[in-house]
Parts: sequence; C-alpha cells; structure tokens
Amino acid sequence: MNTDCPMIELRQVSRTFRVGKRTVKAVDSVSLSIREGEIVCLVGESGCGKTTTGKMVAGLLRPTAGHILFLGQDLEQIRGAERKKYRLAVQIVHQDPYASLNPAHTVQDIMGAPLLRHQLVSSPAAARARVRELLQVVDLTPPDDFLDKYPHQLSGGQRQRVSVARALTVNPSFIVADEAVSMVDVSIRISLLNMLARLKDEMGVTFLFITHDLALAKYFAWEGRIAVMYLGRLIEVAPTPHLVNRPLHPYTQALLAAIPEADPRLTRSKQRVQLRSLDIPSLLALPSGCTFHPRCPQFQEGLCERQVPPLVDLGDGTQVACHVVARDKAP
Amino acid sequence: MKLQPSTFNLHPSEDQVVLSVDDLWVEYAARRGVVKAVRGVSFQVQRGETVALIGESGSGKTTLGLALIRLLPRTARIPRGRVRYYRAGGECDVLTLSPQELRRFRWQECAMVFQSALNALNPVLRVADHFRDTAQAHGSLDGAEAQERARELLRLVQLEPDRVLRAYPHELSGGMRQRVLIAMGLLLDPQIIILDEPTTALDILTQRAVIDVLRNLRQELEFSLIFISHDLSLAAELADRVATMYAGAIVEIGDVYEIFEQPRHPYTRGLIHAVPTVTGDLEQLSSIPGSPPDLIDLPPGCKFALRCPYVQARCRQEEPVLEMVSPGHFTACHNWKQIDEH
Repeated sequence: MNTDCPMIELRQVSRTFRVGKRTVKAVDSVSLSIREGEIVCLVGESGCGKTTTGKMVAGLLRPTAGHILFLGQDLEQIRGAERKKYRLAVQIVHQDPYASLNPAHTVQDIMGAPLLRHQLVSSPAAARARVRELLQVVDLTPPDDFLDKYPHQLSGGQRQRVSVARALTVNPSFIVADEAVSMVDVSIRISLLNMLARLKDEMGVTFLFITHDLALAKYFAWEGRIAVMYLGRLIEVAPTPHLVNRPLHPYTQALLAAIPEADPRLTRSKQRVQLRSLDIPSLLALPSGCTFHPRCPQFQEGLCERQVPPLVDLGDGTQVACHVVARDKAP
Repeated sequence: MKLQPSTFNLHPSEDQVVLSVDDLWVEYAARRGVVKAVRGVSFQVQRGETVALIGESGSGKTTLGLALIRLLPRTARIPRGRVRYYRAGGECDVLTLSPQELRRFRWQECAMVFQSALNALNPVLRVADHFRDTAQAHGSLDGAEAQERARELLRLVQLEPDRVLRAYPHELSGGMRQRVLIAMGLLLDPQIIILDEPTTALDILTQRAVIDVLRNLRQELEFSLIFISHDLSLAAELADRVATMYAGAIVEIGDVYEIFEQPRHPYTRGLIHAVPTVTGDLEQLSSIPGSPPDLIDLPPGCKFALRCPYVQARCRQEEPVLEMVSPGHFTACHNWKQIDEH
C-alpha cells in the first residue's frame, strides 16, 4: 500500500441532479483529502450536500464532474480486482437503522451474507464464528443473544451496532458514517461514538463522519478535522479544536453561536451572530459569488456577490473560503 | 423530609398556579398487556412560567402532554388522577369536561403544537384559512378580529403577515411553518401552550430563530409554556424549571440552574454527562448503560435501578417517591445525598 498518498482524495468534485427540467448542483467543486487513520467530520445543515458527498466517496453515486481517488487511483479508472478491493475497503453506515437492515433476515443472515458472498470465510460454520467475533467488537454481548434476532427485536442503538458490525464483515479500512448516531437516544450516543473511535484506534479504520451536530463532531473528531459545507461547497476546514474555538468563516461563526448548549449559564450568555437574513436560499436559485453573501454579517458589496471565494490555505491545516477572511489573514 | 406526591406544593404562591396535575396515571391497552405510560405524575405550572419535560423516547413525556389536553388515542385510559386548570378565580378538571366544554377549553385555555408540526398544516389551505378555521372552531373571534390578531402574532414570530397569510404550507420552510403553528397556538390567547419537540426537525440556524421567537413571546405575552423535549440544551435555553421523566414518572424536578449544576437524580446526572457541548475543550462523557425498562412488565423498586451506578439493595425493592432536596427541588432517589459531585 502506498502510504504517501491520501486514502481518499476529492478533486473538484461536483454532483448535479435533474429536478424536472432544471438542474440542481448538490455538490460544487469539493476538494478534500483524508489520510489513513484520520477522522474527518463533514458538518452542515440539511441540503448542504454532505450526504451526497458521502455517497460519492462510498461509490454509491458518481460525480458529474471532478475526480475521487482511492489510494491515488481514480475511481473512474479502476476496474476488476482493483475495483472490488475499493468496494470492500470503503463501507458506509447509514443514518436510519430501521430502514437499512432487512426486517426479514436475522442478525446472523444479515452479517453472514457478505462474509460468504465475498468468500471471506470457508464455511457457514466459520461465518457464524466470525459473526460472533464481530458482535463482540460492537459490544453486542453475549453474541449468542443476538445471532438469531430479527431487527424489530432490537433497540435503535443495537440495530445501529449491527449496521456497523455488518460494515466490518469485509474488513474495511474506511467507513463513511452518515448521521450514524443521530437517531439513537441521547443517553447511548456517546457509547456508540466510543465504539466507533475504538475501531479507529484498534483496527486503524479511517472515518468520514457526516453529521449536522457540531457538538458530536467535536467529541468524535477532537484529534481530527472538521469540514463545514454550505449549499454544496466546502467553506471551512480546520483541525477540530481550532474550528470550534476559533472559527474563521462567518457561517461557521454563526452556526457555533447559534447552537444551544446543555448548560444554562453557558448557553444563555453566548454571544450571538446576527445574520442579515434567515432565509436559506434555494438550490435552484443560488446567490451569485459567495452563496452565503445574502445572509453574511460581514458582507462587502462589490466583492462577495461578484466572485466565488476559493478555499484558501491559511496554514495550521486551516482552509477558509471567504473573501473577507482571506484579505485580512493572508499569510 | 418525605412527602406524598399528591400533597406537596412546588411553589409557595398557590394563587399563581394555572395548572395542577395530581397523581396522573395513563395506560395503553396493547396486545401483550397494559403499557403503563404515565405513572403517578404530579406537578404544577405557575402563571408565566416555562417548564421543560425532558426524557428519552418512551419516557411518557408525549403521553403526558396529550393527557393534559385530553387528546389521547382511544387505546389510552386514565385510571387515576386529576388535571386542574385555574383561570380568573375559576377552576376546572379537564378530565371531566363535556365534549362542548373541551372544544372551548382547547386553544382558548390550552393549545398544543405537535412534534410532527411540519405536517400539521393542511396542504390545500392557505395559512390565513388555518387561522380563520381555528378561530371559528374554538373561539369567539369573528373573521376580521381573527385576521388582525393573526397579523399581530405573525409579526411577533418574525414573519411577514402579508406574505405568509397568502402562502400555502409547502411554500414555507420548516422553521416558518413551526413559527406559524406557534402563532396559531397563541391565536385565542390561551393561558398555556404545550410544545412537543418544538425544534427537533429543524436546522441549527432555524432552531435558533425558533428559540429566540419563543423567548421574545414569553416577554411580550402572558402565558405559561410547557415544552416536551429529549434535547437538554433546549431546556437549558428556555426553561425556568425542568422535570426529568423516566419510565412514566417524574424522577426529578427543580429550577433549571440547580438541575444542571447539581442534579440529584442519577438519571438526570447521566443525561447531562452524555451530552457534549460545542464550546471549550474536550469533555469526559459517558453513556448510561442499558436501556429503559419494559413499560408492560416493570420491575419492582426503582425503575432506573438496572442502569444506576448508585444502586443498593433497597432500590430493587422499594420505589422511591419524590423527596425535597431544597425548596422547589425534588428527586425520587433513595441515594440522592451521594450524588453531590457534578
């Protein structure tokens, strides 16, 4: 394995969808590279393109422009055995554990199928043994209590653990976790996140963790990076402690200021950022230039509405797409 | 000091009470048996106060909200309890109102905005028609008065009345629809408004707008607010008092600052320790092990005992009742004195 190149690299990746006779650009020229063993969180509000980006990384959608590279190889170019290697190495865990597990199959069937399909085990008995091992990895213990259960017999948190265990059957090196803990109860979210973090520490799994919840992103990716999306574009990427404590892009600042905190003194004394407009522009009629300009408190006429700000590297691993920040902080 | 749930006053000024719930029980008939969704809940709401009912899915908080306004489904039964409303000297027990009285009571005295608020508007009616129908069905306002009041309320929730009243629901964003429903809830000037998960399906900036609107409304208008949420941060933002629900019962209730800084029930404490904040450094967090009990087959003793780090033999036999920790702060835990560190 070539360790010099990133595990996943997005180069100017775009994705458009047809809506009736019109075209919607869900993802617009996103460039991002993720190193082996890293945790990158993709955050943003609904409709910002984070799930579409995740699906493209996992190979479930093809970009309409740009390139996605897996260990330096363009996904559009690889075929045959190389393609299969990628398909197994990159797995996705979806948001809704009620929809992503076949209700007519037992846990054993759900997890045994990929093991046998990809000849990762030699016999059904070996598959059963491997399923037991994986159930232990995701803290569903004792595994024998779960093997013959159907999804409806499990709680939301347990189902999500089965989804993760199923992804692990093919020994992935990269997991796209799309809102993987959003639908489980607050009291057990942290244990799910800790379990995922253990996969990184013990099995070296690299994560693209997609969430709308910045506080969860902060907890999960403290040693990694957070990438913020707005209306299809990446607007800020930075190491997590920098991003949550010293956000640079006005949108990131607005988001962080708006988040209510589970601490009455802290949350009631937070400095708010006043936006110029509460309306989220439609993807069908995006504003010109910086798409945040109609709402941005730092809007500068003659600059922001004219050109799309490029994602500029400011050192420290921080990248920001904002004309005003780039002008003030240019190295 | 130990008090029976039905006898304590959570606040000294009795005349300011607008709602008093006494030993309320709600059960659902299910094929497997009787689901005890609300078990002996007692609390009071003061005039102008905001109370948050927090808890996880299945804790009974939505059922409690529905019972307060008698909107429970047919499979539900209220074997015991009283829900009394007080207004201008008079009082009534909601559970014994006739259908006609109930119709006036809803919206005029108490309005509820549901969790699925985004689907609660009729897609083929304009917003103005929703306001008019609500006024006709539940109130005494005539068309012109209702329109005038609707405009005033829409301005209070930061919407443009001219644009919004003419709009169909699909032309409004989720946050706008949620604010329309809050305005509609206030149309007939109720004493109490109940919001079930008011910001759950909304994006962060939209959620902030709804929170700010609620805070402003509370300053402008005189009404009490009960909101139901799994989201502790919403309680931290808006509530004067917080009640934690677990397995159908209120296990802790008290002033919002005291509850967050000095929780005296292991479940409340566990919830607070399970939620990350976005400001500051990385915190030590932990989940609550296990899952809530089966409401059809509840264990004896404290219902939280199976998941509780402070559990003792007594907890498995004897269900704790609410005890006073300090004036206005009550907890249902045998070992609350041990829960002192935060």
